[in-house]
Amino acid sequence: MSIPENTTTTTQFLPDEQQLQKNIRRRNRQAKSWKYVFLFSIILAMFSLFMLFFSIIRQAFTYVVIYDQVNPATLSDKPLEDLSKEELGDIVETYYTGIRTGRNDIRTIVFQEVLGLTTSQQEAIADRERAKETVTVREIFEDKNKEYPSALADQSIIRLQVADYAAIIEENSDQSSLYDFVIEKVVQPLIVDSWPIDQYLFDRDTIDAEIADAEARLRLEKEDPTLKVTEPEFRSWIQWHLIVDTIDLSRPEDAGLRTAIIGSIWMIALTILFALPLGVGAAIYLEEYAAGGPIARIIQTNIDNLAGVPSIIYGILGLALFVRLLENVTSGSLFGFGSGDETANGRTILSASLTMALLILPVIIINAQEAIRAVPDSLRQASYGLGATKWQTVWNHVLPNAMPGILTGTILAISRAFGETAVLVVVGSITRITVDPSGPFSRFTVLPLQIFALITQPQAQFRNVAAAGILLLLAILLSLNAIAVILRNRFSKRAV
Amino acid sequence: MTNNGTSKYALEARNLHIFYSSFRAVRNVTMQIEPNKITALIGPSGCGKSTLLRSFNRMNDLVLGSRAEGEILYRGQNLYGNNVDPVEVRRRIGMVFQKPNPFPKSIFDNIAYGPRILGQRNKKVLAEIVEKSLRQAALWDDVKDNLKKSGLALSGGQQQRLCIARTLAVEPEIILMDEPCSALDPIATLRIEELMRELKEQYTIIIVTHNMQQAARVSDYTAFMLMGNERAGELIEFDQTERIFTKPADSRTEDYITGRFG
Repeated sequence: MSIPENTTTTTQFLPDEQQLQKNIRRRNRQAKSWKYVFLFSIILAMFSLFMLFFSIIRQAFTYVVIYDQVNPATLSDKPLEDLSKEELGDIVETYYTGIRTGRNDIRTIVFQEVLGLTTSQQEAIADRERAKETVTVREIFEDKNKEYPSALADQSIIRLQVADYAAIIEENSDQSSLYDFVIEKVVQPLIVDSWPIDQYLFDRDTIDAEIADAEARLRLEKEDPTLKVTEPEFRSWIQWHLIVDTIDLSRPEDAGLRTAIIGSIWMIALTILFALPLGVGAAIYLEEYAAGGPIARIIQTNIDNLAGVPSIIYGILGLALFVRLLENVTSGSLFGFGSGDETANGRTILSASLTMALLILPVIIINAQEAIRAVPDSLRQASYGLGATKWQTVWNHVLPNAMPGILTGTILAISRAFGETAVLVVVGSITRITVDPSGPFSRFTVLPLQIFALITQPQAQFRNVAAAGILLLLAILLSLNAIAVILRNRFSKRAV
Repeated sequence: MTNNGTSKYALEARNLHIFYSSFRAVRNVTMQIEPNKITALIGPSGCGKSTLLRSFNRMNDLVLGSRAEGEILYRGQNLYGNNVDPVEVRRRIGMVFQKPNPFPKSIFDNIAYGPRILGQRNKKVLAEIVEKSLRQAALWDDVKDNLKKSGLALSGGQQQRLCIARTLAVEPEIILMDEPCSALDPIATLRIEELMRELKEQYTIIIVTHNMQQAARVSDYTAFMLMGNERAGELIEFDQTERIFTKPADSRTEDYITGRFG
């Protein structure tokens, strides 16, 4: 205590001096303990966030052991990557000759992967062959602009031997792509098991035991007592094919999320298209035209309540309204677009976007209202004072100055829509879909639903794919938020 | 709005009452505003002088629940008449506010905004208007080299002159000023007062002020208002400024201007 005690005057209405001194200590103690309460909440929040990221990241980056279904050592004495193109071609030929359905398999590979024929094109060829016509290699390959050994030119494309098909594959590949082909189709590596990276670092004993178990199980299964799995190797489940491939619910190592990503983008784009103009328009009406009136108050109360309605309710509304009642519109048949997907029955991207727009509309309206309210009244008065109409004032002053706030609110609402699942489950999004949506009238899936589908798969490795998918989802959400920040900064700079 | 009025007054209030919902803010004001003169409205806080001023160009309409009874005649036309568009009224009767409120835009755009919304799109004409208005508001020499600068980057006094220039750009006849100097320092205040004296050659000016010296310095006529029964503002006395400040007819006016209350 550095201030000397006040002895000249006595306090009149306050407690006496001694009591005041005691109070100071007590009040300071109180202030400090509150500080620790707040600090504790922050720490708890940070810890939860850390745990969230940790549990996702440990699943997205794992150690895996792989079992090659065909041991590369049995294929060649040298390491496979050192083999020439011809030697690799021989391996392909030998492999497909050795299996019973080999000729069919390799023909399918040539048709689908080399020539890129669709199912209907393949059927057309088969039909012509059945009609005793010869579909020549030359015809199809020159049509598709692919290479073929000239000796095969006039032969029927369906009746070639395994060796011929292998030659065609060889003709159309270079060494490295042929090597990849051999690994994928012949060696067929299979992920036996995976362990989070932290377990690999700190709990090797368990992993070793599990590897031994897995090996023993595979030996029994394959009746091969010498069978070995590889040493654990690092694998990042975040890979390029996660973005560019479609979902494959049989092989986790090949599963991609392309369909879901495209579905999410379609849905979000349409949702913005519907919700933003409607929401901003409603906010302008409530704030600038009807402010303070009894009708505005009733509407306002309802909007505030709607913002708190569980999303599943919106889903049910969307199902009844957009999927069932407005099926003609949402399936596109009203506009003559019905050809896209006959089975959609209104369970389309359009239905989902409209429902989602309803879901985020209250949030957008409330945010936009706040942004509009924050525009200083002096600007409105200045504009009106010059003889501007209401619309001129709103368009020239209120909206530009409210824009940063409106955009921030909108993008936060969009982020919510992006991660929303309940609505889409009800509206009829499907998870086992490998066809990219082609427009608003297609059936679709979205990232969160796809992640849910992955997690419910029996194979443990799909959890790793799901973790990678979650990181992807987080990345997209964070990018959206970053865009919001950039837009807000740009608009606020322009406004001053 | 018709232009056939022949009244010799710029504005004339007759038995004007102004209400906010059920609350009567101004009671029974009758006054005549001389053209090309500065008329000051003085009185203590809450006496309804700002409300009265804002009713002269129907800015009060923007306040929810406000309405007026009685008449405000402008060129023989009642501004509160049925077929009068407040948008048109505000173009003819401009307003400068208490706090300088330039738009968050460039100086040029601040002034060109009025003409633009009224339909003037010609860039050459707009440039002319901007220069003329800025010269009239004695701001041209300060800003002529950076018209692209934000209006908010100017000093407080310059901002207020910018707002005056902005009002002049839509060629009003009457300019209402609501305590235009209350947010400014004494030097800036003097410059605005000078400007008002120059402007009255062409415009009729009505100013609300808390500063009695200011009213005495710049105005030709002064109206003294006071809160009367049921907190409604009443016009106590309205006369030439000289008379109000030397020989007021009402003792309440004398009490106020000699600083005995308010």
